Amino acid sequence: MITRAKTANWTITLLIAAGSLIVLFPLYMTVMIAVKSPAQIAESVLAIPAEWHWSNFAEAVRMTNFGHAFKNSFIVTLLAVVLTILTNSFVGYAVARNIKKRFFKFLYYYFVSALFVPFPIIMLPIVKEMAYFNLNNHTGLIVLYVVYGIAFNMFLYVGYLRSLPTELDEAAMIDGASVWQTFWKVIFPLLGPINATVGILTCIWAWNDFLLPLIILSKPDMATLPLAQYIFQSRFSVSYNYAFASYLMALLPMVLVYLVAQRWIINGVVQGAVK
Amino acid sequence: MKKNARIFYMMVIPAFVMFFGFHTFPVLLGIFYSFTDWNGFAQNYDFVGFKNYLNVFKDESIYAAYGFTFQFAILTTVIVNVVSLTVAMGLNARIKFKNFFRGIYFLPNVLSLLIVGYIFNYIFSNMLPNFFENIQMKDWAFNILGTTEWAWLGIVIVTVWQATAFNIILYLAGLQTIPTDMYEASSIDGASKWKEFWHITFPMIAPFFTINMVLSMKNFLMAFDQIVALTSGGPAKSTMSISYLIYTDGFSGGSFAYQSANSVIYFVVIVIISIVQLKYLQRREMNL
Repeated sequence: MITRAKTANWTITLLIAAGSLIVLFPLYMTVMIAVKSPAQIAESVLAIPAEWHWSNFAEAVRMTNFGHAFKNSFIVTLLAVVLTILTNSFVGYAVARNIKKRFFKFLYYYFVSALFVPFPIIMLPIVKEMAYFNLNNHTGLIVLYVVYGIAFNMFLYVGYLRSLPTELDEAAMIDGASVWQTFWKVIFPLLGPINATVGILTCIWAWNDFLLPLIILSKPDMATLPLAQYIFQSRFSVSYNYAFASYLMALLPMVLVYLVAQRWIINGVVQGAVK
Repeated sequence: MKKNARIFYMMVIPAFVMFFGFHTFPVLLGIFYSFTDWNGFAQNYDFVGFKNYLNVFKDESIYAAYGFTFQFAILTTVIVNVVSLTVAMGLNARIKFKNFFRGIYFLPNVLSLLIVGYIFNYIFSNMLPNFFENIQMKDWAFNILGTTEWAWLGIVIVTVWQATAFNIILYLAGLQTIPTDMYEASSIDGASKWKEFWHITFPMIAPFFTINMVLSMKNFLMAFDQIVALTSGGPAKSTMSISYLIYTDGFSGGSFAYQSANSVIYFVVIVIISIVQLKYLQRREMNL
């Protein structure tokens, strides 16, 4: 027993390592194709090339108008994350602190039950509605991320706020602070961990989402990265090296964010799901 | 204190109005359109009662889409959960470089499914056929995405590759809640690994199993991005998922109202499945 507890299990380590190759293989292949010339790809897709064609990336940037799509994705994601945290948190606070009142209890179940509504039933009408209000653009997209996010974030914020004692609010209010002041000065600073979870989930969603930009954005130059890839794919047939260079560039920002904030992201996603 | 109560209402009313306007209202609008003959563009439309619904029930292509979507979702849910629970148990064992491997296995979760689909599209259409060609297995040297018999397999593989990441992390979180002395007690009793799994591990992670099953199933029933990237529903509509059918026919096929009726039926189906699944799995959790 005691010896078993100390030594590492190498058989399982090897199996896990072998399995991780399945995860890494498509990504390795993407990098390899992205840095080769068509002749090198024809020779061997997976071999490490003698000469690396970095110019593929410059060409892919030019062909897919990458900078523009990147800027669109960046703005939409950033604003969706910031506005979601700033608004959904106080909605969650109001509901959590009044959950015994009928209206707030109703609101809680109203938001959470929306999680059962499949998107296809909204898909067709929302396009007409957004066009009617001239919201078939980035603003509309951001609004939808922030509003649709409430359904799940309500869950997270109310769950978290239950662990914060109401004495905190009461003490602040006795000192003469209003509800707003209490929230921003006392409660919001304590929401750090759950804000991080909400922010991470919103970021992954908004950055990678394809369906909402596809149906909401009315002009090609508004396209976010996944949508830009789709438009590009369906209009041009390009050599694989340029296509893969552009895939790699579209994936890379999230990979970099993940490398830096891996622990946070994994914890955030687990917190989000377990609640 | 009266004033405070008013502020609390002011905090939630805008959210309620916005949510109703952008979520509930379109649902109602969709139900409304499903009783009309609107094509999505024309100025006018008429009410046709339940005609769209009756036609949906007679529509072969809709049955085919339901058939594909459900077979795909059930099969993929099973594979994803078996694979991710196995990997999670491996990661939870006494292995070296645990955090490093955990980091790798979770990576697909942060990647765009559409772009992952495009990358796999190349694997299926170019790399694998070339590979089989080179090793003289010419019978295997074809693009599976181009055949009605095997295109679904490509969709399953991409989905499994991407979706296991999330499930692994969740199962791992579940496994870490099991106190190690439970295993020590059972190994003193001489229980086999197989028994140990079914009598200790599985009951202890039952809540995580429930979450994973329900979320996987719901996500896979909505399959869209991977269909777009791999097959566009083809060949011969053999991989047409319900979401993709509603999208293509609803917007460009001129059957906006008809697909609205389809989406209302789909809504009802999903709600029933979610409730049944939750009830059933939670009852099992209690019995375990």
